[in-house]
Amino acid sequence: MTRDYHKYISTRAIELQPSGIRKFFDLAAGMEGVISLGVGEPDFITPWNIRDRSIEALSDGFTSYTANAGLLELREEICAYLNRRFDVTYQPENEVIVTVGASQALDLTFRTLLNSGDEVLIIEPAFVAYASLVAMAGGIPVSISTYAENGFKVTPELIEASITERTKAILICSPNNPTGTCLNKEELTAIAEVVEKHDLIVVSDEIYAELTYDQAFTSFSSLPRMFERTILINGFSKGFAMTGWRLGFIAAPKELTSIMLKIYQHTTMCAPHMLQLGAIEALRNSSEQVEKMQKSYWRRRNLLVQSLNRIGLDCHMPGGAFYVFPSIKKTGLTSEEFAENLLKEEKVAVVPGSAFGPSGEGYVRCSYATSIEQLQEAVVRMERFLGRYVDR
Amino acid sequence: MKLLQEQLDILEILEENHQVSTKSIAEQLQLDEEEVKKHIKQLEQDGIIVSYPALIDWSKIEGKEAIVAMVDVKVTPKRGVGFDEVAERIYRYPEVKSLYLISGTYDLSVSVEGKSMKDIALFISEKLSTIESVNSTTTHIMMKKYKNDGVIMEGDKDDDRRMVITP
Repeated sequence: MTRDYHKYISTRAIELQPSGIRKFFDLAAGMEGVISLGVGEPDFITPWNIRDRSIEALSDGFTSYTANAGLLELREEICAYLNRRFDVTYQPENEVIVTVGASQALDLTFRTLLNSGDEVLIIEPAFVAYASLVAMAGGIPVSISTYAENGFKVTPELIEASITERTKAILICSPNNPTGTCLNKEELTAIAEVVEKHDLIVVSDEIYAELTYDQAFTSFSSLPRMFERTILINGFSKGFAMTGWRLGFIAAPKELTSIMLKIYQHTTMCAPHMLQLGAIEALRNSSEQVEKMQKSYWRRRNLLVQSLNRIGLDCHMPGGAFYVFPSIKKTGLTSEEFAENLLKEEKVAVVPGSAFGPSGEGYVRCSYATSIEQLQEAVVRMERFLGRYVDR
Repeated sequence: MKLLQEQLDILEILEENHQVSTKSIAEQLQLDEEEVKKHIKQLEQDGIIVSYPALIDWSKIEGKEAIVAMVDVKVTPKRGVGFDEVAERIYRYPEVKSLYLISGTYDLSVSVEGKSMKDIALFISEKLSTIESVNSTTTHIMMKKYKNDGVIMEGDKDDDRRMVITP
């Protein structure tokens, strides 16, 4: 007789929604000859000097725990980097925590902020994990839909319409996954006014900050009076091509980080020692390579956006990240059907927009973190696919 | 010579792969295709783009393997023309694949290619050493080419190891 494990499992775990990407991954994983525009990570390998530093660190025996918040030397480099690149000032001694990826930084943030029933505003389409992270911490995720007509930008009006007396925080991700939308200084300032008016905390996921193309990136924390209200989350994954290292960080006022640290020391202790040493090298000596990667993404973005618009998949020019979010409405398919049929018929993998929340329905996410040749071949295949579904 | 940013961008793309179409370059750089063609023509005329060779690994082809020697050459420069005259006398030989004037204990670094050791030996003893201003040569035979002009020749382990779909 098989044991019924159901009774051992928490209701919260059972009710958790599986990632909308998972199902699609299983479908694509077994296929040969697939061109994937479904990958949410750089196609670059981590720059060699960074890898070499961690190899050396491992041979030299840096295998112990570090301070919970991470090596002081790394925190100092993070603060110097944030100051140099984004004009924000944090103290390495008590305002920065090195985490196991930005994902853990988000988890730590919500566990620190939320009481049962507290509401967190999430701007949709949104990264797959946001709502679940809020729910797991006992909070209630409240979605704010954004629309293609407005380049998927959130406005103060949209935010105000969703605020209740339970609203505690708003999560902003700019540049955004999956839409690539970037909010400029004026747009963020307008949001800051609402934040102040309603006394909210801002969780600013700035993981794609290094991948901003048409105008300078603005960190929410750099806006007047916003330092004290911002939990800045960033990491090494995207800008430095270090996704598999799982290294992120939180920068926030010390009144918040001290509480976060309490949770962190019981859940994780610290990020891996030898990898933290590689991260120090990343911040000290890879700006040229980071720039090279930025430029390469910029070129590929331009190519893909033009090509998709040419074949009839309308999309806006995203200001950052490495995603394009075209509309597939004219095919009459749902975004899941579109993605499934495209994969089966033409072996091109994209991610259905619905995986990023209901407001992503009618769109698909195409990542351009793949070679120019692959992008061009993918466009040829998609054009052939569209020919079968759209009367032109 | 100072170049426009878009010319620099074009060079970057071509240096990586000169077979990229002008249409693709135009799309990547948000330029007009005609403009791209015009820039490339100008860069060719100005001698900034010198040529478009392919990098071929001849060592993989039976009967086409070559022996390459790196020769350190000490020379006596001549009044008025410095090293240029002797350099030209050397680089005009088709056996010479590259030639650099360098600082340090010798003057010219010459790479010489031949079908056999005998070819190399003959070239060095009869052609190179007999040039009047050449004082001495030291010959090193190349055993294996790992990286050439920024390109790793084989065993580049940086494959795409990403999963097909990630969040």
